[in-house]
Amino acid sequence: MQDSDLAAIVLTVQLASLSTVLLLIIGTPIAWWLARSPSRLKSVVGALVTLPLVLPPAVLGFYLLVLLGPQGPGGRLTEALGLGLLPFTFAGLVVASVIYSLPFVVQPLQQAFAAIGRQPMEAAATLRASPFDAFVTVALPLARPGFITAAVLGFAHTVGEFGVVLMMGGNIPGKTQVLSMAIYNHVEAMDYARAHWLAGGMLGFSFAVLLLLYSRGWGRAT
Amino acid sequence: MSIEARFELAYPGFSLDVDLRLPGQGVTALFGPSGCGKTSLLRCMAGLSRAGQGRLVVNGNTWQDEAVFMPVHQRPLGYVFQDASLFAHLSVLRNLQYGQSRIAPAARRVELDRAVELLGIGPLLARMPAALSGGERQRVAIARALLTSPRLLLMDEPLAALDLARKLEFMPYLERLHRALDIPVLYVTHAPDEVARLADHIVVMDAGRAIASGPLTETLARLDLPIRLGEDAGVVLDAQVAERDTAWHLARVAFAGGSLWVRDGGQPIGQPVRVRILARDVSLALAPVSGTSIQNCLSATVRQLADDSHPALCLVQLAIGPSLLLARLTRRSAASLDLTPDMPVWVQIKAVALIG
Repeated sequence: MQDSDLAAIVLTVQLASLSTVLLLIIGTPIAWWLARSPSRLKSVVGALVTLPLVLPPAVLGFYLLVLLGPQGPGGRLTEALGLGLLPFTFAGLVVASVIYSLPFVVQPLQQAFAAIGRQPMEAAATLRASPFDAFVTVALPLARPGFITAAVLGFAHTVGEFGVVLMMGGNIPGKTQVLSMAIYNHVEAMDYARAHWLAGGMLGFSFAVLLLLYSRGWGRAT
Repeated sequence: MSIEARFELAYPGFSLDVDLRLPGQGVTALFGPSGCGKTSLLRCMAGLSRAGQGRLVVNGNTWQDEAVFMPVHQRPLGYVFQDASLFAHLSVLRNLQYGQSRIAPAARRVELDRAVELLGIGPLLARMPAALSGGERQRVAIARALLTSPRLLLMDEPLAALDLARKLEFMPYLERLHRALDIPVLYVTHAPDEVARLADHIVVMDAGRAIASGPLTETLARLDLPIRLGEDAGVVLDAQVAERDTAWHLARVAFAGGSLWVRDGGQPIGQPVRVRILARDVSLALAPVSGTSIQNCLSATVRQLADDSHPALCLVQLAIGPSLLLARLTRRSAASLDLTPDMPVWVQIKAVALIG
Protein backbone atom coordinates (compact mmCIF):
# COMPACT_ATOMS: atom_id res chain seq x y z
CA MET A 1 0.00 0.00 0.00
CA GLN A 2 1.37 3.38 -0.95
CA ASP A 3 1.46 6.50 1.20
CA SER A 4 -1.14 8.28 -0.87
CA ASP A 5 -3.58 5.40 -0.32
CA LEU A 6 -2.95 5.37 3.42
CA ALA A 7 -3.44 9.13 3.52
CA ALA A 8 -6.75 8.71 1.69
CA ILE A 9 -7.90 6.10 4.21
CA VAL A 10 -6.95 8.24 7.20
CA LEU A 11 -8.59 11.28 5.66
CA THR A 12 -11.79 9.33 4.95
CA VAL A 13 -12.03 8.01 8.51
CA GLN A 14 -11.38 11.49 9.92
CA LEU A 15 -13.97 13.03 7.63
CA ALA A 16 -16.59 10.38 8.37
CA SER A 17 -16.05 10.48 12.15
CA LEU A 18 -16.15 14.24 12.40
CA SER A 19 -19.17 14.44 10.07
CA THR A 20 -21.04 11.79 12.10
CA VAL A 21 -20.50 13.66 15.36
CA LEU A 22 -21.63 16.93 13.78
CA LEU A 23 -24.57 15.21 12.10
CA LEU A 24 -25.82 13.82 15.42
CA ILE A 25 -25.44 17.21 17.10
CA ILE A 26 -27.26 19.05 14.31
CA GLY A 27 -29.69 16.26 13.43
CA THR A 28 -31.04 15.62 16.93
CA PRO A 29 -32.78 18.97 17.49
CA ILE A 30 -34.05 19.01 13.89
CA ALA A 31 -35.45 15.49 14.23
CA TRP A 32 -37.02 16.31 17.62
CA TRP A 33 -38.65 19.39 16.20
CA LEU A 34 -39.92 17.53 13.14
CA ALA A 35 -41.31 14.74 15.34
CA ARG A 36 -43.01 17.04 17.86
CA SER A 37 -43.84 20.44 16.50
CA PRO A 38 -47.34 21.19 15.26
CA SER A 39 -45.84 23.97 13.10
CA ARG A 40 -46.82 24.26 9.45
CA LEU A 41 -43.21 24.98 8.58
CA LYS A 42 -42.58 21.33 9.33
CA SER A 43 -43.28 20.12 5.81
CA VAL A 44 -40.97 22.77 4.34
CA VAL A 45 -38.10 21.91 6.69
CA GLY A 46 -38.75 18.20 6.25
CA ALA A 47 -38.56 18.55 2.46
CA LEU A 48 -35.38 20.65 2.65
CA VAL A 49 -33.66 18.14 4.92
CA THR A 50 -34.63 15.27 2.63
CA LEU A 51 -33.53 17.06 -0.56
CA PRO A 52 -29.98 15.59 -0.62
CA LEU A 53 -31.58 12.15 -0.74
CA VAL A 54 -33.01 12.72 -4.21
CA LEU A 55 -30.65 15.34 -5.63
CA PRO A 56 -27.74 14.16 -7.80
CA PRO A 57 -24.61 14.67 -5.65
CA ALA A 58 -23.00 16.66 -8.43
CA VAL A 59 -25.84 19.19 -8.31
CA LEU A 60 -25.48 19.60 -4.58
CA GLY A 61 -21.69 19.88 -4.87
CA PHE A 62 -22.00 22.42 -7.66
CA TYR A 63 -24.30 24.71 -5.69
CA LEU A 64 -22.18 24.40 -2.56
CA LEU A 65 -19.15 25.35 -4.62
CA VAL A 66 -20.93 28.39 -6.02
CA LEU A 67 -22.41 29.34 -2.66
CA LEU A 68 -19.20 28.99 -0.68
CA GLY A 69 -16.87 30.23 -3.43
CA PRO A 70 -15.32 33.74 -3.47
CA GLN A 71 -18.34 35.20 -5.32
CA GLY A 72 -21.03 33.42 -3.27
CA PRO A 73 -22.74 34.79 -0.16
CA GLY A 74 -21.45 31.89 1.94
CA GLY A 75 -17.90 32.47 0.73
CA ARG A 76 -18.07 36.18 1.53
CA LEU A 77 -19.35 35.33 4.98
CA THR A 78 -16.57 32.84 5.76
CA GLU A 79 -13.99 35.30 4.49
CA ALA A 80 -15.47 38.10 6.55
CA LEU A 81 -15.32 35.84 9.59
CA GLY A 82 -11.63 35.23 8.89
CA LEU A 83 -12.17 31.55 8.05
CA GLY A 84 -11.03 31.87 4.49
CA LEU A 85 -12.71 30.02 1.65
CA LEU A 86 -14.05 26.52 2.29
CA PRO A 87 -13.92 24.88 -1.16
CA PHE A 88 -10.90 22.63 -1.69
CA THR A 89 -10.23 22.36 2.07
CA PHE A 90 -10.97 19.66 4.65
CA ALA A 91 -13.45 21.97 6.39
CA GLY A 92 -15.26 22.34 3.09
CA LEU A 93 -15.50 18.56 2.82
CA VAL A 94 -16.99 18.37 6.31
CA VAL A 95 -19.63 21.00 5.50
CA ALA A 96 -20.55 19.21 2.27
CA SER A 97 -20.68 15.80 3.96
CA VAL A 98 -22.90 17.02 6.77
CA ILE A 99 -25.41 18.52 4.35
CA TYR A 100 -25.27 15.53 2.05
CA SER A 101 -25.80 12.94 4.81
CA LEU A 102 -28.32 14.90 6.87
CA PRO A 103 -31.44 12.95 5.77
CA PHE A 104 -29.77 9.67 6.68
CA VAL A 105 -29.39 10.86 10.25
CA VAL A 106 -32.54 12.94 10.67
CA GLN A 107 -34.98 10.33 9.38
CA PRO A 108 -34.12 7.47 11.78
CA LEU A 109 -33.98 9.91 14.68
CA GLN A 110 -37.30 11.47 13.74
CA GLN A 111 -38.90 8.03 13.53
CA ALA A 112 -37.42 7.01 16.87
CA PHE A 113 -38.68 10.19 18.55
CA ALA A 114 -42.12 9.84 16.99
CA ALA A 115 -42.32 6.22 18.18
CA ILE A 116 -41.79 7.30 21.80
CA GLY A 117 -45.03 9.26 21.71
CA ARG A 118 -46.15 11.92 24.15
CA GLN A 119 -46.91 9.67 27.10
CA PRO A 120 -43.41 9.13 28.54
CA MET A 121 -42.63 12.83 28.21
CA GLU A 122 -45.86 13.79 29.97
CA ALA A 123 -45.17 11.23 32.69
CA ALA A 124 -41.71 12.71 33.16
CA ALA A 125 -43.18 16.21 33.45
CA THR A 126 -45.58 15.07 36.18
CA LEU A 127 -42.54 13.61 37.96
CA ARG A 128 -40.95 17.07 38.12
CA ALA A 129 -38.63 16.76 35.13
CA SER A 130 -38.23 19.99 33.15
CA PRO A 131 -38.62 19.60 29.37
CA PHE A 132 -34.84 19.49 28.85
CA ASP A 133 -34.36 17.08 31.76
CA ALA A 134 -37.06 14.79 30.33
CA PHE A 135 -35.48 14.99 26.88
CA VAL A 136 -32.10 13.87 28.23
CA THR A 137 -33.31 11.27 30.74
CA VAL A 138 -36.30 9.83 28.88
CA ALA A 139 -36.38 10.68 25.16
CA LEU A 140 -32.68 10.12 24.41
CA PRO A 141 -32.40 6.70 26.11
CA LEU A 142 -35.68 5.53 24.59
CA ALA A 143 -34.48 6.64 21.13
CA ARG A 144 -31.19 4.72 21.44
CA PRO A 145 -31.86 2.31 18.57
CA GLY A 146 -32.58 5.34 16.38
CA PHE A 147 -29.26 6.91 17.34
CA ILE A 148 -27.32 3.75 16.50
CA THR A 149 -29.02 3.52 13.11
CA ALA A 150 -28.45 7.23 12.46
CA ALA A 151 -24.76 7.08 13.38
CA VAL A 152 -24.10 4.02 11.22
CA LEU A 153 -25.97 5.38 8.23
CA GLY A 154 -24.35 8.82 8.60
CA PHE A 155 -20.85 7.33 8.86
CA ALA A 156 -21.30 4.82 6.04
CA HIS A 157 -22.90 7.35 3.74
CA THR A 158 -20.07 9.80 4.29
CA VAL A 159 -17.45 7.13 3.62
CA GLY A 160 -19.16 6.24 0.39
CA GLU A 161 -19.78 9.67 -1.07
CA PHE A 162 -18.12 10.73 -4.29
CA GLY A 163 -19.79 13.43 -6.32
CA VAL A 164 -20.11 16.05 -3.63
CA VAL A 165 -16.57 15.66 -2.31
CA LEU A 166 -15.18 15.71 -5.82
CA MET A 167 -16.90 19.04 -6.54
CA MET A 168 -16.17 20.54 -3.16
CA GLY A 169 -12.76 18.99 -2.41
CA GLY A 170 -11.21 18.81 -5.80
CA ASN A 171 -9.33 15.52 -5.36
CA ILE A 172 -6.13 16.97 -3.82
CA PRO A 173 -3.96 14.08 -2.58
CA GLY A 174 -3.30 14.17 1.19
CA LYS A 175 -5.63 17.12 1.59
CA THR A 176 -9.05 16.40 0.15
CA GLN A 177 -8.55 13.09 -1.65
CA VAL A 178 -10.79 10.55 0.06
CA LEU A 179 -10.97 6.80 -0.54
CA SER A 180 -13.61 6.77 -3.25
CA MET A 181 -11.55 9.28 -5.26
CA ALA A 182 -8.35 7.30 -4.75
CA ILE A 183 -10.12 4.26 -6.15
CA TYR A 184 -11.42 6.28 -9.07
CA ASN A 185 -7.88 7.54 -9.81
CA HIS A 186 -6.47 4.01 -9.77
CA VAL A 187 -9.15 2.77 -12.13
CA GLU A 188 -8.56 5.72 -14.46
CA ALA A 189 -4.84 4.87 -14.43
CA MET A 190 -5.68 1.21 -15.18
CA ASP A 191 -4.03 0.22 -11.87
CA TYR A 192 -6.64 -2.39 -11.00
CA ALA A 193 -4.48 -4.11 -8.38
CA ARG A 194 -4.40 -1.04 -6.13
CA ALA A 195 -8.05 -0.31 -6.83
CA HIS A 196 -8.82 -3.84 -5.65
CA TRP A 197 -6.94 -3.34 -2.41
CA LEU A 198 -8.94 -0.27 -1.51
CA ALA A 199 -12.29 -1.35 -2.92
CA GLY A 200 -12.05 -4.80 -1.35
CA GLY A 201 -11.03 -3.31 1.98
CA MET A 202 -14.01 -0.99 1.92
CA LEU A 203 -16.34 -3.83 1.07
CA GLY A 204 -15.02 -5.89 3.97
CA PHE A 205 -15.19 -2.95 6.38
CA SER A 206 -18.79 -2.09 5.49
CA PHE A 207 -19.87 -5.69 5.80
CA ALA A 208 -18.15 -6.06 9.18
CA VAL A 209 -19.86 -2.96 10.59
CA LEU A 210 -23.29 -4.07 9.43
CA LEU A 211 -22.72 -7.62 10.67
CA LEU A 212 -21.80 -6.29 14.11
CA LEU A 213 -24.92 -4.13 14.24
CA TYR A 214 -27.27 -6.83 13.03
CA SER A 215 -25.86 -9.35 15.50
CA ARG A 216 -26.67 -6.86 18.27
CA GLY A 217 -30.28 -6.76 17.20
CA TRP A 218 -30.26 -3.50 15.31
CA GLY A 219 -32.25 -4.90 12.40
CA ARG A 220 -35.17 -5.63 14.69
CA ALA A 221 -35.09 -2.35 16.55
CA THR A 222 -36.26 -0.11 13.77
CA MET B 1 -58.56 23.28 52.73
CA SER B 2 -60.13 23.34 49.33
CA ILE B 3 -59.47 23.08 45.65
CA GLU B 4 -60.89 25.68 43.32
CA ALA B 5 -60.93 24.68 39.69
CA ARG B 6 -62.38 26.66 36.84
CA PHE B 7 -61.65 25.72 33.25
CA GLU B 8 -63.04 26.61 29.87
CA LEU B 9 -61.72 24.75 26.90
CA ALA B 10 -63.11 24.32 23.41
CA TYR B 11 -62.14 21.91 20.67
CA PRO B 12 -64.15 21.34 17.53
CA GLY B 13 -67.03 19.14 18.66
CA PHE B 14 -66.23 19.33 22.34
CA SER B 15 -66.16 21.95 25.03
CA LEU B 16 -65.30 21.85 28.68
CA ASP B 17 -66.77 24.40 31.02
CA VAL B 18 -66.49 23.71 34.73
CA ASP B 19 -66.33 25.77 37.87
CA LEU B 20 -65.77 23.54 40.88
CA ARG B 21 -65.01 23.88 44.53
CA LEU B 22 -63.73 20.58 45.86
CA PRO B 23 -62.64 19.48 49.31
CA GLY B 24 -58.89 19.65 49.90
CA GLN B 25 -58.84 16.17 51.39
CA GLY B 26 -60.22 12.71 50.74
CA VAL B 27 -61.09 11.12 47.42
CA THR B 28 -63.18 13.02 44.90
CA ALA B 29 -64.54 10.91 42.06
CA LEU B 30 -64.98 12.56 38.66
CA PHE B 31 -67.75 10.38 37.35
CA GLY B 32 -69.44 10.31 33.98
CA PRO B 33 -69.71 8.51 30.64
CA SER B 34 -66.80 8.23 28.21
CA GLY B 35 -66.11 11.47 26.38
CA CYS B 36 -67.78 13.70 28.98
CA GLY B 37 -64.58 15.63 29.68
CA LYS B 38 -63.30 13.94 32.84
CA THR B 39 -59.84 13.30 31.47
CA SER B 40 -59.69 16.72 29.81
CA LEU B 41 -60.43 18.33 33.16
CA LEU B 42 -57.72 16.28 34.84
CA ARG B 43 -55.21 17.20 32.13
CA CYS B 44 -56.06 20.87 32.54
CA MET B 45 -55.50 20.61 36.28
CA ALA B 46 -52.12 18.99 35.72
CA GLY B 47 -51.16 21.65 33.17
CA LEU B 48 -50.82 19.02 30.44
CA SER B 49 -53.53 20.75 28.42
CA ARG B 50 -53.55 24.49 28.42
CA ALA B 51 -57.05 25.83 28.73
CA GLY B 52 -58.08 29.09 27.14
CA GLN B 53 -59.44 30.20 30.49
CA GLY B 54 -58.32 28.53 33.64
CA ARG B 55 -57.95 29.02 37.34
CA LEU B 56 -56.68 26.46 39.80
CA VAL B 57 -56.02 27.08 43.47
CA VAL B 58 -55.01 24.11 45.60
CA ASN B 59 -55.24 24.61 49.35
CA GLY B 60 -54.33 28.27 49.06
CA ASN B 61 -51.63 27.95 46.38
CA THR B 62 -52.41 29.36 42.97
CA TRP B 63 -51.22 27.02 40.25
CA GLN B 64 -52.95 28.82 37.44
CA ASP B 65 -54.99 31.94 36.83
CA GLU B 66 -55.13 34.83 34.35
CA ALA B 67 -51.56 35.86 35.19
CA VAL B 68 -49.91 32.62 36.28
CA PHE B 69 -49.36 29.34 34.47
CA MET B 70 -47.22 27.00 36.47
CA PRO B 71 -45.70 24.45 34.05
CA VAL B 72 -46.46 20.80 34.71
CA HIS B 73 -43.08 19.98 36.24
CA GLN B 74 -43.41 22.75 38.80
CA ARG B 75 -46.85 21.70 40.04
CA PRO B 76 -46.55 19.57 43.19
CA LEU B 77 -48.92 16.89 41.92
CA GLY B 78 -48.88 13.20 41.22
CA TYR B 79 -50.51 11.88 38.05
CA VAL B 80 -51.43 8.26 37.41
CA PHE B 81 -52.16 7.65 33.74
CA GLN B 82 -54.62 5.10 32.43
CA ASP B 83 -51.84 2.95 30.98
CA ALA B 84 -49.26 3.45 33.79
CA SER B 85 -46.65 5.01 31.44
CA LEU B 86 -43.66 3.52 33.21
CA PHE B 87 -40.29 4.29 31.63
CA ALA B 88 -39.44 1.19 29.61
CA HIS B 89 -35.68 1.78 29.87
CA LEU B 90 -35.61 1.89 33.67
CA SER B 91 -36.11 -0.84 36.28
CA VAL B 92 -39.02 -0.59 38.70
CA LEU B 93 -36.72 0.82 41.38
CA ARG B 94 -35.25 3.43 39.01
CA ASN B 95 -38.79 4.34 37.91
CA LEU B 96 -39.70 4.93 41.55
CA GLN B 97 -36.59 7.01 42.13
CA TYR B 98 -37.11 9.10 39.01
CA GLY B 99 -39.60 11.44 40.62
CA GLN B 100 -38.30 11.10 44.16
CA SER B 101 -34.78 12.18 43.21
CA ARG B 102 -36.19 15.40 41.75
CA ILE B 103 -37.65 16.44 45.10
CA ALA B 104 -35.45 18.15 47.69
CA PRO B 105 -34.81 15.67 50.55
CA ALA B 106 -36.32 18.10 53.05
CA ALA B 107 -39.59 18.20 51.07
CA ARG B 108 -40.01 14.41 50.91
CA ARG B 109 -42.96 13.26 52.96
CA VAL B 110 -43.29 9.71 51.62
CA GLU B 111 -40.40 7.29 52.08
CA LEU B 112 -39.50 4.76 49.41
CA ASP B 113 -39.95 1.83 51.79
CA ARG B 114 -43.35 3.11 52.82
CA ALA B 115 -44.64 3.46 49.26
CA VAL B 116 -43.24 0.04 48.34
CA GLU B 117 -44.95 -1.52 51.33
CA LEU B 118 -48.28 0.30 50.82
CA LEU B 119 -48.53 -0.97 47.27
CA GLY B 120 -46.96 -4.36 47.84
CA ILE B 121 -44.31 -4.03 45.12
CA GLY B 122 -41.25 -5.13 47.11
CA PRO B 123 -40.63 -8.25 45.01
CA LEU B 124 -40.80 -6.26 41.76
CA LEU B 125 -38.09 -3.67 42.34
CA ALA B 126 -35.39 -5.27 40.20
CA ARG B 127 -37.69 -6.04 37.27
CA MET B 128 -38.13 -4.11 34.05
CA PRO B 129 -41.62 -2.73 33.26
CA ALA B 130 -42.05 -5.10 30.31
CA ALA B 131 -41.93 -8.03 32.75
CA LEU B 132 -44.86 -6.75 34.87
CA SER B 133 -48.57 -7.53 34.66
CA GLY B 134 -51.06 -4.71 34.10
CA GLY B 135 -52.00 -4.53 37.76
CA GLU B 136 -48.38 -4.54 38.89
CA ARG B 137 -47.53 -1.76 36.46
CA GLN B 138 -50.36 0.35 37.78
CA ARG B 139 -49.25 -0.19 41.40
CA VAL B 140 -45.72 0.87 40.48
CA ALA B 141 -47.10 3.94 38.73
CA ILE B 142 -49.05 4.92 41.84
CA ALA B 143 -46.03 4.42 44.10
CA ARG B 144 -43.93 6.44 41.67
CA ALA B 145 -46.42 9.31 41.81
CA LEU B 146 -46.63 9.16 45.62
CA LEU B 147 -42.85 9.42 45.95
CA THR B 148 -42.94 12.96 44.61
CA SER B 149 -44.82 13.82 47.84
CA PRO B 150 -47.66 15.42 45.89
CA ARG B 151 -50.10 17.97 47.29
CA LEU B 152 -52.72 16.58 44.95
CA LEU B 153 -52.96 13.14 43.39
CA LEU B 154 -54.70 12.91 40.01
CA MET B 155 -55.71 9.44 38.86
CA ASP B 156 -57.09 8.87 35.37
CA GLU B 157 -59.07 5.61 35.40
CA PRO B 158 -56.18 3.68 36.93
CA LEU B 159 -58.20 0.45 36.91
CA ALA B 160 -59.67 0.76 33.41
CA ALA B 161 -57.07 -1.50 31.80
CA LEU B 162 -57.53 -4.30 34.35
CA ASP B 163 -59.91 -7.23 34.21
CA LEU B 164 -62.42 -7.73 36.98
CA ALA B 165 -60.29 -10.12 39.04
CA ARG B 166 -57.26 -7.80 38.92
CA LYS B 167 -59.53 -4.90 39.76
CA LEU B 168 -60.86 -6.57 42.91
CA GLU B 169 -57.31 -7.45 43.87
CA PHE B 170 -56.26 -3.86 43.33
CA MET B 171 -59.00 -1.99 45.21
CA PRO B 172 -57.71 -2.76 48.72
CA TYR B 173 -54.43 -1.00 47.85
CA LEU B 174 -56.33 2.13 46.93
CA GLU B 175 -58.37 1.93 50.11
CA ARG B 176 -55.20 1.56 52.18
CA LEU B 177 -53.75 4.55 50.43
CA HIS B 178 -56.85 6.51 51.18
CA ARG B 179 -56.61 5.75 54.89
CA ALA B 180 -52.84 5.94 55.27
CA LEU B 181 -52.02 9.17 53.46
CA ASP B 182 -53.38 12.63 53.79
CA ILE B 183 -53.27 13.58 50.11
CA PRO B 184 -56.36 14.82 48.30
CA VAL B 185 -57.14 12.54 45.36
CA LEU B 186 -59.06 13.31 42.18
CA TYR B 187 -60.15 10.02 40.73
CA VAL B 188 -61.56 9.80 37.20
CA THR B 189 -63.80 6.82 36.57
CA HIS B 190 -66.90 5.64 34.78
CA ALA B 191 -67.23 2.56 37.03
CA PRO B 192 -69.95 2.87 39.71
CA ASP B 193 -68.37 0.22 41.95
CA GLU B 194 -65.15 2.22 42.17
CA VAL B 195 -67.08 5.33 43.14
CA ALA B 196 -69.09 3.46 45.77
CA ARG B 197 -65.97 1.98 47.31
CA LEU B 198 -63.47 4.78 47.12
CA ALA B 199 -65.06 8.20 46.84
CA ASP B 200 -65.93 10.64 49.61
CA HIS B 201 -67.06 13.32 47.24
CA ILE B 202 -68.43 13.05 43.74
CA VAL B 203 -68.53 15.28 40.71
CA VAL B 204 -70.94 14.02 38.07
CA MET B 205 -69.97 15.16 34.59
CA ASP B 206 -71.85 15.16 31.34
CA ALA B 207 -70.95 16.73 27.98
CA GLY B 208 -68.16 18.87 29.39
CA ARG B 209 -70.21 20.24 32.29
CA ALA B 210 -70.29 19.31 35.94
CA ILE B 211 -73.94 18.61 36.61
CA ALA B 212 -73.56 17.80 40.29
CA SER B 213 -70.89 18.08 42.94
CA GLY B 214 -71.15 17.16 46.61
CA PRO B 215 -70.46 14.63 49.34
CA LEU B 216 -71.04 11.13 47.97
CA THR B 217 -73.79 10.03 50.38
CA GLU B 218 -75.86 13.19 49.91
CA THR B 219 -75.37 13.36 46.17
CA LEU B 220 -76.43 9.78 45.59
CA ALA B 221 -79.62 10.37 47.55
CA ARG B 222 -80.63 13.32 45.39
CA LEU B 223 -83.80 12.76 43.43
CA ASP B 224 -83.14 15.28 40.68
CA LEU B 225 -79.99 13.83 39.13
CA PRO B 226 -80.37 12.53 35.61
CA ILE B 227 -77.39 10.20 36.02
CA ARG B 228 -77.52 7.24 38.36
CA LEU B 229 -74.53 5.41 39.67
CA GLY B 230 -74.81 2.46 37.37
CA GLU B 231 -78.08 1.06 36.13
CA ASP B 232 -79.86 1.60 39.41
CA ALA B 233 -80.42 4.33 41.96
CA GLY B 234 -79.16 3.71 45.45
CA VAL B 235 -77.15 5.18 48.29
CA VAL B 236 -73.85 4.51 49.98
CA LEU B 237 -73.56 4.91 53.75
CA ASP B 238 -70.41 5.17 55.84
CA ALA B 239 -70.65 2.78 58.76
CA GLN B 240 -68.64 0.92 61.33
CA VAL B 241 -68.72 -2.71 62.43
CA ALA B 242 -70.47 -2.66 65.84
CA GLU B 243 -71.20 -6.29 66.63
CA ARG B 244 -70.52 -9.75 65.19
CA ASP B 245 -72.87 -12.71 65.50
CA THR B 246 -70.54 -15.60 64.82
CA ALA B 247 -73.28 -18.22 65.21
CA TRP B 248 -75.17 -16.83 62.19
CA HIS B 249 -72.18 -15.28 60.37
CA LEU B 250 -73.72 -11.86 60.54
CA ALA B 251 -72.35 -8.47 61.52
CA ARG B 252 -74.17 -5.38 62.71
CA VAL B 253 -72.88 -2.20 61.15
CA ALA B 254 -73.81 1.14 62.67
CA PHE B 255 -74.34 4.26 60.56
CA ALA B 256 -75.42 7.73 61.62
CA GLY B 257 -79.07 7.19 62.60
CA GLY B 258 -79.29 3.41 62.85
CA SER B 259 -77.72 0.05 62.20
CA LEU B 260 -78.07 -2.87 59.80
CA TRP B 261 -77.35 -6.59 59.84
CA VAL B 262 -75.17 -7.69 56.97
CA ARG B 263 -73.28 -10.82 56.02
CA ASP B 264 -70.11 -10.98 58.12
CA GLY B 265 -67.23 -9.92 55.92
CA GLY B 266 -64.61 -10.78 58.53
CA GLN B 267 -63.89 -7.18 59.50
CA PRO B 268 -63.02 -6.60 63.18
CA ILE B 269 -65.31 -4.58 65.42
CA GLY B 270 -64.67 -0.86 65.05
CA GLN B 271 -63.53 -1.15 61.41
CA PRO B 272 -64.97 1.52 59.12
CA VAL B 273 -66.94 0.01 56.23
CA ARG B 274 -69.34 1.15 53.56
CA VAL B 275 -72.70 -0.26 52.71
CA ARG B 276 -74.60 0.21 49.47
CA ILE B 277 -78.38 0.03 49.43
CA LEU B 278 -80.20 0.05 46.11
CA ALA B 279 -83.56 1.77 45.85
CA ARG B 280 -85.18 -1.36 44.41
CA ASP B 281 -84.26 -3.31 47.59
CA VAL B 282 -86.09 -0.92 49.90
CA SER B 283 -89.79 -1.27 50.60
CA LEU B 284 -92.09 0.75 52.89
CA ALA B 285 -94.82 -0.05 55.41
CA LEU B 286 -96.98 2.12 57.68
CA ALA B 287 -96.51 -0.11 60.73
CA PRO B 288 -93.71 -2.45 61.84
CA VAL B 289 -94.13 -5.73 60.01
CA SER B 290 -93.98 -9.03 61.84
CA GLY B 291 -93.62 -12.45 60.32
CA THR B 292 -91.21 -11.38 57.60
CA SER B 293 -87.91 -12.84 56.48
CA ILE B 294 -86.44 -9.40 56.15
CA GLN B 295 -83.86 -8.71 58.87
CA ASN B 296 -83.46 -5.00 58.53
CA CYS B 297 -86.48 -3.00 59.50
CA LEU B 298 -85.99 0.64 60.49
CA SER B 299 -88.11 3.62 61.31
CA ALA B 300 -87.76 6.55 58.91
CA THR B 301 -89.34 9.76 57.72
CA VAL B 302 -90.45 10.51 54.17
CA ARG B 303 -88.65 13.57 52.78
CA GLN B 304 -89.82 13.82 49.20
CA LEU B 305 -91.12 11.91 46.21
CA ALA B 306 -90.08 12.11 42.60
CA ASP B 307 -90.75 10.53 39.21
CA ASP B 308 -88.63 7.61 38.16
CA SER B 309 -87.52 6.41 34.75
CA HIS B 310 -90.77 4.50 34.09
CA PRO B 311 -94.22 6.14 34.53
CA ALA B 312 -95.32 3.24 36.76
CA LEU B 313 -92.57 3.96 39.27
CA CYS B 314 -91.56 6.65 41.70
CA LEU B 315 -88.59 7.29 43.94
CA VAL B 316 -88.97 8.18 47.62
CA GLN B 317 -86.25 9.89 49.59
CA LEU B 318 -86.24 8.87 53.23
CA ALA B 319 -84.38 10.13 56.30
CA ILE B 320 -83.11 7.85 59.04
CA GLY B 321 -81.63 10.30 61.49
CA PRO B 322 -79.13 12.33 59.42
CA SER B 323 -78.74 9.57 56.82
CA LEU B 324 -80.67 9.44 53.56
CA LEU B 325 -82.07 6.44 51.73
CA LEU B 326 -83.90 5.94 48.44
CA ALA B 327 -86.79 3.58 47.84
CA ARG B 328 -88.37 2.66 44.52
CA LEU B 329 -92.09 1.94 44.61
CA THR B 330 -94.86 1.71 42.10
CA ARG B 331 -96.97 4.84 41.96
CA ARG B 332 -99.94 2.74 42.99
CA SER B 333 -98.19 1.65 46.21
CA ALA B 334 -97.22 5.23 46.98
CA ALA B 335 -100.82 6.31 46.43
CA SER B 336 -102.32 3.51 48.52
CA LEU B 337 -99.95 4.32 51.40
CA ASP B 338 -100.77 7.97 50.83
CA LEU B 339 -97.13 8.97 51.22
CA THR B 340 -96.49 12.63 51.92
CA PRO B 341 -93.41 14.52 53.12
CA ASP B 342 -92.63 14.30 56.86
CA MET B 343 -94.70 11.17 57.24
CA PRO B 344 -93.20 8.47 59.49
CA VAL B 345 -92.85 5.06 57.84
CA TRP B 346 -91.14 1.71 58.38
CA VAL B 347 -88.42 0.80 55.99
CA GLN B 348 -87.67 -2.80 55.09
CA ILE B 349 -84.34 -3.42 53.43
CA LYS B 350 -84.10 -6.63 51.49
CA ALA B 351 -80.41 -6.48 50.60
CA VAL B 352 -77.41 -4.56 51.84
CA ALA B 353 -74.07 -4.83 50.08
CA LEU B 354 -71.00 -4.46 52.25
CA ILE B 355 -68.33 -2.76 50.17
CA GLY B 356 -64.86 -2.68 51.69
